[in-house]
Amino acid sequence: MIPIEMGAADWLQMLLHFATLSLLGVGGAITTLPDMHRYLVDQQSWLSDTQFNASVALAQAAPGPNILFVALMGWHVGLNAGAGPLSLMGALLALLGTMLPSSLLVYAAGQWSHRNRERRIIRAFKQGLAPTVVGLLVATGIVLAAASAGSDQTWLAWVMAGVATVLMWRTRLHVLWLLAAGALAGAFWLR
Amino acid sequence: MTVLLTRPPAEQALRQQPRSLGDLFLSFSWLALQGFGGVLAVAQRELVEKKRWLSREEFIEEWAVAQIMPGPNVINMAIMLGGHHFGWRGAVAAVAGMLTLPLLMILLLALLYGSVSQHPAVQGALRGMGVVAAGLITANGLKLIPGLQANVLGRAICAALGLSCLVAVAWLRLPLAAVLLGLGTLGMGLAYRRLQA
Repeated sequence: MIPIEMGAADWLQMLLHFATLSLLGVGGAITTLPDMHRYLVDQQSWLSDTQFNASVALAQAAPGPNILFVALMGWHVGLNAGAGPLSLMGALLALLGTMLPSSLLVYAAGQWSHRNRERRIIRAFKQGLAPTVVGLLVATGIVLAAASAGSDQTWLAWVMAGVATVLMWRTRLHVLWLLAAGALAGAFWLR
Repeated sequence: MTVLLTRPPAEQALRQQPRSLGDLFLSFSWLALQGFGGVLAVAQRELVEKKRWLSREEFIEEWAVAQIMPGPNVINMAIMLGGHHFGWRGAVAAVAGMLTLPLLMILLLALLYGSVSQHPAVQGALRGMGVVAAGLITANGLKLIPGLQANVLGRAICAALGLSCLVAVAWLRLPLAAVLLGLGTLGMGLAYRRLQA
C-alpha cells in the first residue's frame, strides 16, 4: 500500500481516463492494459506495480468477466487514498468509466443492426466476419493456454488444456466440473 | 440466388426467449458465475445449448459484432441480447446480471488476497483453472464450425478465412485489430458480392 491524496478532481481524472480508454479497447479492455499501467502507475503513482499486477491476476481467478480487473484497480487506488468507502467508490468509478462509453455505442449499434438485419450490407457484415470469428475463438484458446502453461511443467499444462478441449467439445460435462478438476490437478502438479 | 432466412420448423420450435427482465438478470448472473477465467468459455454453452436463446449461426453473427466493437466482448453480447428483447432496460438487466455478483465476489477475494496468494498450491490451482478455461474456449470455437454450414461464403472460403485467422493470431501473434480488419474486410466484400444475385 502506498498512501496517496485523492481530491475530487483526481477521481474525476481517473474516471475520464478510463472513459477514454473505453472506446479504444477493440478486442477487449485487456488491449488497453499497457496504457492503464503508464497512467496509473508511472504517471500518477496512484497504484504500485504489485497492486496493478494483482488486480489483473485476481480478476482472472475470480468468476465473471475479466473486465472486473479495472474495478480492482479502482479499489486499490481507493485503498491507497484511505480505504473504507473510498475503495468501493474507486471500484465503481473505474468500472463506470470503462463501461459507459463503449456500452452506449454497442447498444446503439446493436439496435440499429437488429432493425436492419435483412439489409444486404448488414448480412454481408455478419456472414463475412463469421469464419474469422470462429478462427479467432480457437486461436484465443491457444494463446491463453500458452500464457497459462508458463515455463515449468509446460507439457502437463498443454495436456490438461487438450483434455479439457476434447471433453468440452464432445461431452455434455458441466464446465464447473472441468474447472474444479483443473484447479485440483493444478494444486498438486502445477505448483 | 436468394438466401432463405426462414429456419426449419424443428429448430424454430426449440427456440426459447428470455421471459422477463428478471430472467435476463438471473440467467446472465448464472452465466457469469460459472465463468472462471473469463465468461467466454461458458457463453456458447449457456446461450446456445442450454437456454436456446440463439442458434449457432446467430451466436457467431452476434459474436462477430460484439468482437468488432470496443469494450469487453461478453458484455457487448449481453447488451445486444438484452437490447433485442427488452430495449435499454433489457440491456441494463443483462449487464447488471453479468457484473453485480461477480463484482461482490471479486472484492471479497481482494480482501482475502494476501493471506493465501503466496501459497504454491493456490498458485498451481489458479494456473490449472487458467489452462482448463483456455481449453474450453478452443472447444467453443470448434463447436461453432457447424454453424458456418449455411454461410453464404461456402465451405472453402470459410475454411480459408478461419484458418488464416488462427495462424495470424495464435502463431504469428499479429495484432487483433489488424487481423479483424484485413480478414474481416475480405470476408465482408466476398459475402456482399455473393448476396447480390
